[in-house]
Formats: sequence, structure tokens, C-alpha cells
Amino acid sequence: MKPSCETSSVSKVLHLGKDLLASNRQHAAANRARFDQAGVLVVNLLSSPGSGKTALLERTLGDLSSRWPMAVITGDLQTDNDARRLAGRGAPVVSIATGTLCHLEASMIARACQELDLSRLRLLFIENVGNLVCPAGYDLGETLRVVLMSVTEGEDKPLKYPLAFKSADAVVVSKTDLAQAAGFRREEALANLTVIVPQAQIFELSVQSGQGMDDFYRWLESALVSRCGAAVRH
Amino acid sequence: MHEIGLMETALRAAEEAALEAGARRIQRLHLRVGRLSGIEPDALRLAFDALRPGTLAENAQLDLELVPIVCRCQSCNLGFSPEDFTFLCPRCGTPSADTLQGRELELAAVEVSEA
Ligand SMILES: Nc1nc2c(ncn2[C@@H]2O[C@H](COP(=O)(O)OP(=O)(O)OP(=O)(O)O)[C@@H](O)[C@H]2O)c(=O)[nH]1
Ligand SMILES: [Mg+2]
Ligand SMILES: [Zn+2]
Repeated sequence: MKPSCETSSVSKVLHLGKDLLASNRQHAAANRARFDQAGVLVVNLLSSPGSGKTALLERTLGDLSSRWPMAVITGDLQTDNDARRLAGRGAPVVSIATGTLCHLEASMIARACQELDLSRLRLLFIENVGNLVCPAGYDLGETLRVVLMSVTEGEDKPLKYPLAFKSADAVVVSKTDLAQAAGFRREEALANLTVIVPQAQIFELSVQSGQGMDDFYRWLESALVSRCGAAVRH
Repeated sequence: MHEIGLMETALRAAEEAALEAGARRIQRLHLRVGRLSGIEPDALRLAFDALRPGTLAENAQLDLELVPIVCRCQSCNLGFSPEDFTFLCPRCGTPSADTLQGRELELAAVEVSEA
């Protein structure tokens, strides 16, 4: 190396390989371990604003909360409107105000769980912030991820937001009572879902008419059974 | 939409690593961003410009390496880089659910100096 007469600084490269989501991953793993130990089935609901996450939970709590002990954690940017809509349906509701944050993170779920007695629960729903981009990248430690798209949003949602749909265990096509009015092209939507999320169960339902709800409930029940034999225990 | 928070994490990690190595300045940050990470490179650059003043990386250069998506077909085992988000196997047409690569969000390296 040539000696330098200047005090020019020598630079070096530090190889870090640091995963920027590592902290969330660790919290998610810790959540998952707690949920496993408690034997609670945790379902994370993702969709654009207004696709019907809260409405689906309103109906599900009304129909099922006397059958299985369940709870809801809702994430909302500013208000606790969703938590208020869900109150009084036989299930505790914990509201997380995310402020300006566009998604829920695993550490927020851990904190919210301090207000719940997990060991008494069979089912825990998490309503994520209405957003199809950001929540997709954040594992919360959930058992299952459900992505909703309503018939009024257009058939190409899965093509526009592949990341969220790719991560789904189930896709709910919601508000089917409005399909005709919205000119929803069902075949096209299902074809898009098949190429983007070949692995997912698809439920077409309406909380308004009740159409398709039973299939969704049966799916939840079979997930509960395979998780801990809950359906036979209570 | 949460690129600011991620860039904060990256800058903090970069500064820690620099100080630990006895460096006083960060010349360059190298981030690897998967095409399926949901992160917008442009938004990351904006976040970097907003956050770097007053940090060791004040005058640093930001290198963003976009990591392509790689899938493996469950039917015929072909590894391929999909052209779009349908992840259809170019050999047998089976849609693929899983990826081997493309979700990265990583501070790969920093170049630091003493002054
Ligand atoms: N007709 C009809 N309307 C529905 C149905 N499901 C939801 N809606 C309506 O759609 C609107 C939005 O539903 P929400 O449940 O608030 O949607 P959300 O996904 O929770 O919205 P955010 O929390 O803002 O992200 C409400 O006015 C609901 O009454 C349905 O099955 N049929
Ligand atoms: Mg809601
Ligand atoms: Zn193939």
C-alpha cells in the first residue's frame, strides 16, 4: 500500500446482513408460542378500508360467541369505532389506536394480549388496519390469515395487491348481496384468485343475507378442532 | 407507507455498527429490497433523505439492490423468476404459492470511515 501523505480516511465495509424486520419476527414468534401454549386459534383479518372486516366480526361474534369463548383485537388509525361496534356481543374487545402507523405489529398484539385471559379463549380475531399493502409484511404470530375483498372493489384486487393475497390462508369475497348491483364478474375474480393464491380457501359470503356464512364457520370449526380439539371440549 | 420506520431501523443499525467499529462516518449504506417486500424503493430514498441530517450517514450514499422474486414449482421442481405476480411455472403452468427469494428487507452492509 502506498503511504499517503494526507490524513485521508481509510474506509472499510462492514457486512451486516441485518434483517430490518427482525424485531417484529421475534415478537411474532413469542406471540405464536404463547398462542400455541394457550391453544387459541388466532385469525388475522386483512383488507382495504371498508371491505367488511368489522361487519364480518359483528356477525361472527353474534352467531358463535356463545359456542366458543372468543375475543377481538382491533387496530384502527384514530378511532375506536370498530371496537364500539363489536362491544356487547359476548366477547371482549381490545382496541389498539395505531396513530399514524399503517399496520399492526407483533409487539402491539403482545401488549393488547395483556388485557385478555388467553387460557380461557378458543378463538382470537385480529382486525388489522384497513390497508392491503403494509399489514401484509408483518407477521403477528397468527395461526391463519384471512384476506377480504368485497364485490364492490373490482375483480382485479388480487392482481393489484398480490403481496397481501399471496399470504392468505383464506380469502373472503364479501358483500355478495351487492354483486349484481355492482356488476361483479365472479368468474373473473375467482380466476384471478386462483392464479394469485392457489393455496387459499375461498369463501363467498354476505353478512347481510347470511349467504355463505355457514361454510366460513365450518372452516373456523375445523381449524379449531385441528388446533386443540376445542369443539369437542366445550 | 412505513418506509420511514424501516429507514429509521436501518440508520440506527448502521450507526451502531459504525460506532462499534470505531468509525465516525458512514459513506454508504447498502440495502437489499425484495420485489415482494411491499416496499417502494422511491419511498425509501425519500425517507433516507428526510432522516439522514444529523446522523453519521449525513453525507452517505444509499445503494438499493432490488432482489428479484424466485419461485420453485411444486409440481415439476423448476426454479424460476416469475414475470409477474401470478407465479406461473413457465414449464408446466402450475401456479406457485411460495417463494425462495424476493421478500428480503435487509441492511446488507455499510461502508464507514474514521473521519
Ligand atoms: N350490503 C352489505 N354491506 C356490507 C356487508 N359487509 C359489510 N358491509 C358494509 O360495508 C361497510 C364497511 O364495512 P366495515 O365492516 O366497516 O369494513 P371494515 O373492513 O371493517 O373497514 P375499516 O375498519 O375501515 O378498514 C359498512 O357500511 C358495512 O355495513 C355485506 O355483506 N353486505
Ligand atoms: Mg373495521
Ligand atoms: Zn412446473
